[in-house]
Amino acid sequence: MSTESITWAAAEPVSSTWVERLHGWVTTVDHKRLGLMYILYALLFLVIGGLEATAMRIQLIRPHASFVPPHAFNQLFTMHGTTMIFFVAMPMVFGFANYLVPLMIGARDMAFPRLNAFSFWLTAFGGLLLYFSVLGGFGLYGDGYAPDAGWFAYAPLTAKTFSKGHSNDYWTLSLLVSGFGSIGTAVNIIATVLCLRCKGMTLGRMPLLPWMMLTMSVLVILAVSPLTAAQVMLLVDRYLGGHFFDVQAGGSAALWMHFFWIFGHPEVYVLIIPAFAIASEVIPVFSRKAMFGYPVMVAATVSIAFLSMSVWAHHMFTIGMSSGANTFFVITTMAIAVPTGIKIFNWLATMWGGKIDFKAPMLFSIGFLFQFLVAGLTGVMLASAPFDWHLGNSYFVVAHFHYVILGAIFFMVFAGFYYWFPKVTGKMYSERLARLQFWTFLIGFHLTFDFMHVPGLLGMPRRIYTYEPGRGWDLWNLIVTIGVVFQAVGVLLLVWNLVFALVRGPRAGADPWDAWTLEWSTSSPPPEYNFATLPTVRSRRPLWDLKHPEDPDWKYE
Amino acid sequence: MRPATANGATDDWRLPYAGRVGMLSLIAAEAAIFVIFIVAYLFYLGKSASGPTPAILRPPIVLSVCLLSSSITMELALGGLRRGRAARFGGWWILTIVLGAVFIAGTAVEWRHLIVDEGLTVSTNLFGTTFYSLVGLHLLHVVIGVTLMTVVAVLWAGRRLADAHVPKVEVLSMYWHFVDVVWVVVFTVVYLVGR
Repeated sequence: MSTESITWAAAEPVSSTWVERLHGWVTTVDHKRLGLMYILYALLFLVIGGLEATAMRIQLIRPHASFVPPHAFNQLFTMHGTTMIFFVAMPMVFGFANYLVPLMIGARDMAFPRLNAFSFWLTAFGGLLLYFSVLGGFGLYGDGYAPDAGWFAYAPLTAKTFSKGHSNDYWTLSLLVSGFGSIGTAVNIIATVLCLRCKGMTLGRMPLLPWMMLTMSVLVILAVSPLTAAQVMLLVDRYLGGHFFDVQAGGSAALWMHFFWIFGHPEVYVLIIPAFAIASEVIPVFSRKAMFGYPVMVAATVSIAFLSMSVWAHHMFTIGMSSGANTFFVITTMAIAVPTGIKIFNWLATMWGGKIDFKAPMLFSIGFLFQFLVAGLTGVMLASAPFDWHLGNSYFVVAHFHYVILGAIFFMVFAGFYYWFPKVTGKMYSERLARLQFWTFLIGFHLTFDFMHVPGLLGMPRRIYTYEPGRGWDLWNLIVTIGVVFQAVGVLLLVWNLVFALVRGPRAGADPWDAWTLEWSTSSPPPEYNFATLPTVRSRRPLWDLKHPEDPDWKYE
Repeated sequence: MRPATANGATDDWRLPYAGRVGMLSLIAAEAAIFVIFIVAYLFYLGKSASGPTPAILRPPIVLSVCLLSSSITMELALGGLRRGRAARFGGWWILTIVLGAVFIAGTAVEWRHLIVDEGLTVSTNLFGTTFYSLVGLHLLHVVIGVTLMTVVAVLWAGRRLADAHVPKVEVLSMYWHFVDVVWVVVFTVVYLVGR
């Protein structure tokens, strides 16, 4: 394959005024720019969602605190959950997919560049719509403001009677709009992966990241669409006087729960599979070994996606389903532990006997492995219906899913930031600061979320704005809140490190990690057309073949 | 892995057309949306607290025949397009649009009857809510399809339909066939099973 990267310096127009540059970004259809915009947009909302979390933790630091009033607390947890899932995690994984998939499969752009831009702007305006509720929510005076029905918006809290004004309509519309954006991006990723791979890259030779992004996109198609349908039903109820979730006219509140969680549980896998994808790129490179069990890894990913479509009602054990339904969802939920266990063993086997290089991306990956395992174990505990009857809707559940989302997904997002930052910017960050961020964030994470399990076990329900002293919850809540400080410092260190490196960092070169996938064969940052000549590959590690012509991979695969 | 040729890859490296794959993905997403509405319709059958029941429905046989045969006329049009016979394409294509439009108009008449004579609106009871949502969602797709087909017809009338457009028109035809297949399911659920 060809690695010469020709840069047409003369053809590039000399950068002009900032208005022209801004215009370039707003009108771009380039997958790399859109990927970066997705990620920057997610980071902006990460700050907002993080501030909301901080406000809630300050309120809960001691019994009878009065930092925020009760109704504001309801709005805070609703906005925090909605923001973090739909406007941080989703755009983040779409950003990674957008930037990396075409580069890793040797393509010049996504299959539908304009659809790509359209989807991004839908997502972007969806987020703005959610926060516009703060200004536009006053349908009736004194009601409204930000949505406050929780991020899964159970009926009848969303009915006109209980949710006056327009605040929850902003919630519905923003998820509807960003949902169309998500479906558009998923369609685009599927078409890109299936139709734009470079010569020689059969599905069996494709790197694991595009494989997993493909699986994630299929899940988006199957999971976000039901949410879209449910939101349309909610709008029919609220604006046309429909009765879908109107219990007094024979409607069913439980039906909303089913529809929401048919989306809600696969959504967890929509977010974690890209984290798996990043881990499957980072761990082999920093262990200096090829991925262990590639076909099994692909099979495990696809079977996780398949199983995840049949587990949704484990979110509903406490509403009183039939014992047949309970049993079914206990079994399917526990079955997911099998393919995820296979994955963990595959990553460990990749590291086993390798020459492990403990750089920042690898540190975060190891943290991810450990925390994802713990999150999986509490997941198996909660999957058992009798256990869940005791701990459903307690802080134990909150600790469990934050372990997944922060401890697993965001640790891998941070790993991905450090791993691909040199590719995206052409600059190298400070390894010392990166390690400092790892340890600060790790300590903060464990302070907050390890100790959050305890008040849950002691019976503290989620979504309460304050609590009585003397229930044994006080100390744990204090520790949980203290952890937030470390996490905030960790995020600031990350931002400082990357911004400083962008301005002053040393040049990174095209391939700073001695890696093996196609994105490292082009210059850093990649030119707009990615590859001057489209590559041809013969194995899963084309750059290994190039660097080791005496012992190429294709002899063995 | 299969043995490779000298340059490491087979020379006839062919991958599917992105438009087809994209449309199939979109169809999967749309199918998921329809499944949710159909589940809601079936779940709420007979649960209305008051008001009209599905017994008032009259199966729109003629309209269904129109819609389903529009899939055939569309294929005839595509056959003409592939062989470069513009006039034949245009004739069948416009007939397809007319059949779609007849379906829309016929549904309007049916709904007028239901609203005015039977007093069934979206807010009357659960049956009204689920019926108008499900049938309306399908109707929305018919309207979108007819609109897109009209765009193609305008291109054709202006003699601007080039060979390069053929795969794209075929992608549009996938969507239209999907809308027809959904009607088979909706018709069965609403007018046969649900009555």
